[in-house]
Amino acid sequence: MELFHNLFFGFDVALSWQNLLYCLIGVSVGTLIGVLPGIGPLGTIAILLPITFNVAPVGALIMLAGIYYGAQYGGSTTAILVNLPGETSSVVTCIDGYQMARQGRAGPALAIAAIGSFFAGTVGTLMIALFGPPLANVALEFAAPEYFSLMLMSLVAAAVLAQGDMAKSFAMVALGLLLGIVGTDVNTGVQRFSFGITELSDGIGFIVVAVGMFAMGEIIANLGEPEHRSVFGAKVTHLFPTWADMKQSVGPILRGTAIGSFFGVLPGTGPAIASFSSYIVEKKVAADPSRFGRGAIEGVAGPESANNADAQCKFIPMLTLGLPASGVMALMLGALTIQGIQPGPEVMTQRPELFWGLVASMWIGNLMLVVLNLPLIGVWVKLLTVPYRLLFPAIMAFSAIGIYSVNNSSFEIYLTALFGVLGFVWTKLGFPAPPLLLGFVLGPMMEEHLRRAMLMAKGDPTVFVTRPISLAFIIITAIIVIVMVAPAMKKRRGEITG
Amino acid sequence: MKLPDSKDFWSGVMLIAIGAGAVFIARDYPFGTALHMGAGFFPVVLGIVLVLFGLYFAVRGLHDSAKIEANWSLRALIVLPLAFVAFGILMEHAGFVPAMLALTVGSAAAGAEFRIGEVLALSVALTALCVALFIWALGLPYPLIVGM
Repeated sequence: MELFHNLFFGFDVALSWQNLLYCLIGVSVGTLIGVLPGIGPLGTIAILLPITFNVAPVGALIMLAGIYYGAQYGGSTTAILVNLPGETSSVVTCIDGYQMARQGRAGPALAIAAIGSFFAGTVGTLMIALFGPPLANVALEFAAPEYFSLMLMSLVAAAVLAQGDMAKSFAMVALGLLLGIVGTDVNTGVQRFSFGITELSDGIGFIVVAVGMFAMGEIIANLGEPEHRSVFGAKVTHLFPTWADMKQSVGPILRGTAIGSFFGVLPGTGPAIASFSSYIVEKKVAADPSRFGRGAIEGVAGPESANNADAQCKFIPMLTLGLPASGVMALMLGALTIQGIQPGPEVMTQRPELFWGLVASMWIGNLMLVVLNLPLIGVWVKLLTVPYRLLFPAIMAFSAIGIYSVNNSSFEIYLTALFGVLGFVWTKLGFPAPPLLLGFVLGPMMEEHLRRAMLMAKGDPTVFVTRPISLAFIIITAIIVIVMVAPAMKKRRGEITG
Repeated sequence: MKLPDSKDFWSGVMLIAIGAGAVFIARDYPFGTALHMGAGFFPVVLGIVLVLFGLYFAVRGLHDSAKIEANWSLRALIVLPLAFVAFGILMEHAGFVPAMLALTVGSAAAGAEFRIGEVLALSVALTALCVALFIWALGLPYPLIVGM
């Protein structure tokens, strides 16, 4: 079987001692920032991106991926023990997880979260291995019109499915696209929006936007919130769930994994949507829904499986189509580009070690996480006692050095400060930052594909609807818009007339 | 006339300003034809889209007056970016160690709680750690102190 052959090859790559080390560093850092509220995987990956320049592409990707899914594990610890979501994906875990902890069942709650996450991670890894290659094969047939329509579809889906005000997400996508084209136009050599500043002629650095908005912007926002943290039940005793716990959790874990995998491949949906949906489903199918909110183990098992499945499956569109389905995936694409690898379906055939090595490392990483999170739980709990006022200056220091080291330029430091302020202001005004990052990454590519498509079709814009695959993307885009926008319009009209 | 204070209204104004600014600057870039799109096509279209979104929010903000949440720190908004700028200036003129000290002390000053002893200890420890990690171990080519 080719699949097994490829997986063996992948394990061969992932089990080299360097890559094992990168995987371990990645999942440890991921657990750490997952446990700590106030810093998420987006900011961390943005800060650590410059350090990966000197690492081989496979190692860099393995480490960055480890941070991402490691954070999903770590987030549950804080949710269960402190009733604070370490990550947004763990918001619902707080509800029943914290109640379980108060009833002295913190151990089983943590264990079931880790077991569910591990199962979901394994399934997610298999999904990538199974569906990645056929998808990439289809994508090899894509030309400029298909790429343009595909990007249009993912941007629309990202804006529509993002949490919060849909119109605001769309505005942020447009703003991101505009920021993305700053610099020299590759086709005509015209300087766009560079205001005579030489540093801007290469465009705004991707890391500048990401660190500014997701590291500095977040810190500014956090400093406005009063800090309150009290670790519940410093001692976690008897970790193992009972047989009854296990039996109760099998269904939620399976359903959560399925829900997470489904939302995972959709652009724009963060792991929070997957875990929320799973919680709602569990409450619906439960024989006694009133147990939810009072320490039902299903309310931990389902959502924690869902968010990890979602995190793994987000890699499918990124690895096979070169399409970022979330802010973190936009950063991964950035990491590939910086390494000189053109993201897209060719990656799988031209750099198989990258694809299969990453897939295999994810399974290894998930295994490491179970070990890191269960026996070592005490270490992470202790970290929660480090106050934020000691933490954020360190985050700022790493951010500054990371950005400065990219081009040895102070200009990018100033620009980051500007994006930090802008990121904070936009978030406060209710404009979500991740859609901007997606637009920013896709902007130059979309323009390029649009131009090529028009050249190919001799200036005939119907090219997007006469080619079948492109037409399919356009139709899906239209359906998304109609399904999501129509009810909102109806509601608004109802508000005005009623 | 009293200006509306809803957050939607002001977001709208900001988007209109950015969009109109983009269209204004991009008017000099060749627009091109459908066959050969020029450098101006994408920015002008996006600028117009932003202006339209801005108008939508501004009008919506006149009816709906959700205000900006009260929980935010003006001190952090000003001090944190300034600490970053100080780092940039000192990196060019004074060296890695002064830049790091300024950044860490400056960042800490953005928080609500500032205990001088603790901050100095943290600042020295972080600077030492970063010198060891980035300059000695990873070999970044920055002078510790310019002129030394």
